Amino acid sequence: MSAKILIVAEPDSDGGLQGTIGELIAAARKLAADGEVAVLAPVTDLNDDSGLSLLDADVIYRVSDARVTADYNSGIYDAITAAVATLAAQLESEIVLLAKSDLGSVVGPRVAARLGGAFAADCVDVTLNLSGQVAVTRPVHGGNAMAVYEFQPDAPQVVSIRPGAFDPAPMRSEGTAHFEDFDFSDAGADSSSATLLESVQEEVAGVPLESADIVVAGGRGLGGPEPFEELGSLCDILGAALGASRAACDAGWIDHSHQVGLTGKKISPKTYITVGISGASQHMAGCSSARNIVAINRDASSNIFSHARFGVVGDWAQVLPAFIAACAELRSSG
Amino acid sequence: MLKIAVCAKQVPDTEIPASQFVVDESAVAVVPPAGVQPIVNGFDMNAVEVALKLRDSGIQCHITVYSIGSDFVIDVMKKPLSIGADDLVLVDDAGTANLDAMGTARALRGAIEANGGADLILCGRQASDWDQGHVPLMLGELMQLPTVTLVRLVSMSGDVLTLERVTSDGYQRIQTPLPAVVTITNEAGEARYANLRGIMAASRKQPTVYDLAAVGVPDVAPALELTRLFVPESESEVEIIEGESDADSGRLLALRLHEADLI
Repeated sequence: MSAKILIVAEPDSDGGLQGTIGELIAAARKLAADGEVAVLAPVTDLNDDSGLSLLDADVIYRVSDARVTADYNSGIYDAITAAVATLAAQLESEIVLLAKSDLGSVVGPRVAARLGGAFAADCVDVTLNLSGQVAVTRPVHGGNAMAVYEFQPDAPQVVSIRPGAFDPAPMRSEGTAHFEDFDFSDAGADSSSATLLESVQEEVAGVPLESADIVVAGGRGLGGPEPFEELGSLCDILGAALGASRAACDAGWIDHSHQVGLTGKKISPKTYITVGISGASQHMAGCSSARNIVAINRDASSNIFSHARFGVVGDWAQVLPAFIAACAELRSSG
Repeated sequence: MLKIAVCAKQVPDTEIPASQFVVDESAVAVVPPAGVQPIVNGFDMNAVEVALKLRDSGIQCHITVYSIGSDFVIDVMKKPLSIGADDLVLVDDAGTANLDAMGTARALRGAIEANGGADLILCGRQASDWDQGHVPLMLGELMQLPTVTLVRLVSMSGDVLTLERVTSDGYQRIQTPLPAVVTITNEAGEARYANLRGIMAASRKQPTVYDLAAVGVPDVAPALELTRLFVPESESEVEIIEGESDADSGRLLALRLHEADLI
């Protein structure tokens, strides 16, 4: 089955493309091994190929218009929406693929609306049926269930792919993709009006959650802010990052920058130690890549125990001090 | 008077234990747990709270809550009224089960326009049932309004909004003129509690109710159709560490994790 697919690439902070491009190409090639795959890629220097031609795509549309390249970090994404919708219409793309990123979550639905198509978010699998319609699999109800959706015929199909759901497609050994320059002035960029005043990075003390080998997290069962200080000292001993459930953040016990879950940080540590976290699916959606979950919870029927490898059923106020003391001793004895 | 529309969805309670979450695979539907009331989507309640904070800041606001669905539990949907929203507008129609996101956005637009429009449309960042987060963006496209997502703080001066938008490592300050669509994230803060006076006032209010035809939404097949729904298997086998006391269990857990090279 042949299909026309447009992939939206995103820039990384070093002037290259985000690693998700390989995953999007893998999804595209799963849909249509010999389909026509186009990539819209931001490039600031048209003379710099940066290995783009090695992507397993047929054509790379380079966009260097400053209105677009500046928009990738705007949080508003008006110019990118206009560029993607215009190019998809020009190419008569049947499928548009984006990463489930900040950008993809905004641009995907807007492009679908402009093209008169539909949008499916955060998909972990995609297939193409014989009549050219895409079916997607995506977690719903906070991960409690999986759903399969099918797009209906004759409308553009816009899909965002969950990062990590596909192994990146290998680069070609020699470049065959050819380049076109996308002329953004044809996109009739509407001057919408929302403007970015500033982007502020907030310093987070301690080890970053996303890259930590060990994460220690607390939830509603802790009952207040003080126990998070104990968890903080455990983090110091283990070199771990400190996480929390949404309930604990919303209660004001700890800053939202520590929130792990569907709408918080996605973590993939080797060891995830949870204390007083019940394991609602919205929380588990943020730690499904954790390799070993450890649960301390007083309720043996908590959902967390059905995800955990090791657990203690007991009162955290008794369990935790002894656990911390033993960890400190193990660490100091090497 | 600033006319604020808050879009709110009735969803299943997210606090039920996983064992009570049941899917009817042949009907491709979630079975509502017996005896558990639905809730107003949590992010939508955060949006109600943002509207109330704008009023608290001294801005004259009229806050109308809009919801699209069927089988509404009116006492649940009145919760925003009990904490200070002024009106409730429901598009209550069995046909809404067949709407896709664009159809839902059209129904919201129709209902908002039938009620005299809005200067500011606030939505939760996503609904906790299908987790798509696309209706507000489609609504913004339909109404050709600037749309800003994941906002935790809204302040207003003249007819310009200044917004704090949450990012992975901090926030962005974004300015937009009105009218606009803004989606609210839980960092904005939980909705306030209702007091008795608020609950009494809400109980006396009657929602305005439309069907889909009244808000100009034709009965068409959805562009995206749910064809299968299933609960994934959980494969983890937990090893419970049990000592002579809770403290002893904690100590043994540390030893076991050390032995397994996990800490």
